[in-house]
Amino acid sequence: MRKLKGKERLIRLSLLVVAFSAISVLGLITLFIFSEGLPIMFRHGLKNFLFNLDWYPTEGSFGLLPMIIGSLLVTIGAMLVGVPLGLAGAIYLTQFTSKKVRVVVKPLIELLAGIPSVVYGFIGVVILVPLIRTYLGGPGLSVLAAAVILGIMILPTILSISIDSLMALPPSYREGSIALGATQWQTVRLVLLPAARSGVVASIILGMGRAVGETMAVIMIAGNATSLPRSILDPVRTLTSNIALEMGYASGEHRQALFATGVILFIIIMVLNTIANLTSRKMSS
Amino acid sequence: MILKIDTSMLVGYIFSLKPMEKKSVRNSSLPQAVVGGLVILICLIFTSLLSCARGSREGSLTVAGSTSVQPFADQWAEVFMHHNPGKVVNVQGGGSSAGIQAALTGAAEIGMSSRELKPEEKVLTEFVVAWDGVAIIVHPTNPVGNLTLEATREIFAGVITSWSQVGWVDRPIYVVTREEGSGTRGAFQEMVMGRTRIAKKAIVEDSNGTVREVVANDPYAIGYISLGLINERVRAVRLDGVEPRIENVISRKYKLIRPFLLLTAGAPQGLAADFIQFVLSEEGQALITKQGLIPGRLVNQEKKMPPEEGA
Repeated sequence: MRKLKGKERLIRLSLLVVAFSAISVLGLITLFIFSEGLPIMFRHGLKNFLFNLDWYPTEGSFGLLPMIIGSLLVTIGAMLVGVPLGLAGAIYLTQFTSKKVRVVVKPLIELLAGIPSVVYGFIGVVILVPLIRTYLGGPGLSVLAAAVILGIMILPTILSISIDSLMALPPSYREGSIALGATQWQTVRLVLLPAARSGVVASIILGMGRAVGETMAVIMIAGNATSLPRSILDPVRTLTSNIALEMGYASGEHRQALFATGVILFIIIMVLNTIANLTSRKMSS
Repeated sequence: MILKIDTSMLVGYIFSLKPMEKKSVRNSSLPQAVVGGLVILICLIFTSLLSCARGSREGSLTVAGSTSVQPFADQWAEVFMHHNPGKVVNVQGGGSSAGIQAALTGAAEIGMSSRELKPEEKVLTEFVVAWDGVAIIVHPTNPVGNLTLEATREIFAGVITSWSQVGWVDRPIYVVTREEGSGTRGAFQEMVMGRTRIAKKAIVEDSNGTVREVVANDPYAIGYISLGLINERVRAVRLDGVEPRIENVISRKYKLIRPFLLLTAGAPQGLAADFIQFVLSEEGQALITKQGLIPGRLVNQEKKMPPEEGA
């Protein structure tokens, strides 16, 4: 291998230091969350955190189960809203419309991604929540409201990545399928979507990541009750909103319990990411 | 996912670097010197920052505790520093209990509390700088004008679940509360709920303003906020027949009130004494009256605590 000159080695080394500082920040955050959160989890027993329905942190009861289920419910709800809309939009814009429409519509949808989440939350509180309260009942601040708003928030991610992966397919796939007598819908369903699935799955994973992690909008529209929701019209609290809601005043064990919430959130996101990565790898191979 | 790609690229890069490093150990003195220099530079920056923080300690005062008192303490500190150039007042949150602890241990010269001291905490010197009322609020169209303390407790505990049980239509009551750890929730818990827990079904909002907003928008909601923050979009309910008004707080007819305390270990000295004197002065008290609080001296201090529930 070519021997590097002093100057180049210097550049390489300084780059290494900079790169390591980025990774070490990640490592330090992980270390900090776990070192703050784990002791209290072991002191009170994992059971007290994972299978307990009562969150009364100032009285020593740290049941996170409602929040774990809340996070999952809201995320699943957001996927139910966002994935069909996003996929349908991507299929329409790539297969059933002209390039002119696509050139105009796609950037507009991507603009949605740039709107701050507090604005989504505000729109949810002012428009969606009263609608739900008036027409469906319940307090309005609910699983449903959070799922709909989050579904809209993850739409641009799903849509734009799915469009890119559908557009990246060779035109011969489509042409060949049509030439063989398949209808346009058959072509999409049986040829194009399976061929683009790794990109489509990646878009769904990214959308899911945003839905799990979103905090501000959820706090504003989910109602944040610590009970298990019995219907989609009941208020719900997610893990992220649990941390953000209470961190301002928390001290002592309460504060540590919020870090424990962070530990559980961390693990859930790791598990979700791993599953998602494995499935997308399996599907593309 | 993006992060993952980055890290794997980086790990690859590091591995590709390693063997090369070994080869040229001999002439590695220059980069080492540079890295060493960098480290020293960073250390220098940090120590200078630290010494800056230390240097100003002479004329500085730390006030810590209740987050309910904090916004007012911030204003007092601002005006106080304006009057006393060169002096620094640091106001920190942390909650009433943390503030009391800080005053006891000396971590802060002045502690702030929005609850009464417990007997074992009475060793501190306390100054009642203001009183705050907590009002039960409902939607303006809600005809329920009066609630007893028991009814309020049962509503928030989730025992009474329909407005028909307190004389209105048969619609579910949506209870809105503050988050665990909030000073207002603490005061409400202590004065209304006692040992009873607030229902888990209750909607939780993280500020007086958002509680008011939810109640203003939902005809069937009920919540509680600081007395000074009531506006025309919500209606305050009479409690045991007493209107939550400033006159009734001063005469102690209205029960849901709490003191805002400044606490010192022993008699306040130096800057702490100056600050407390300023807070209790006409000017200091005028700052809080503007925002709906009641000046500390106005309320009869002989019996500070409203009578315990049932007592």
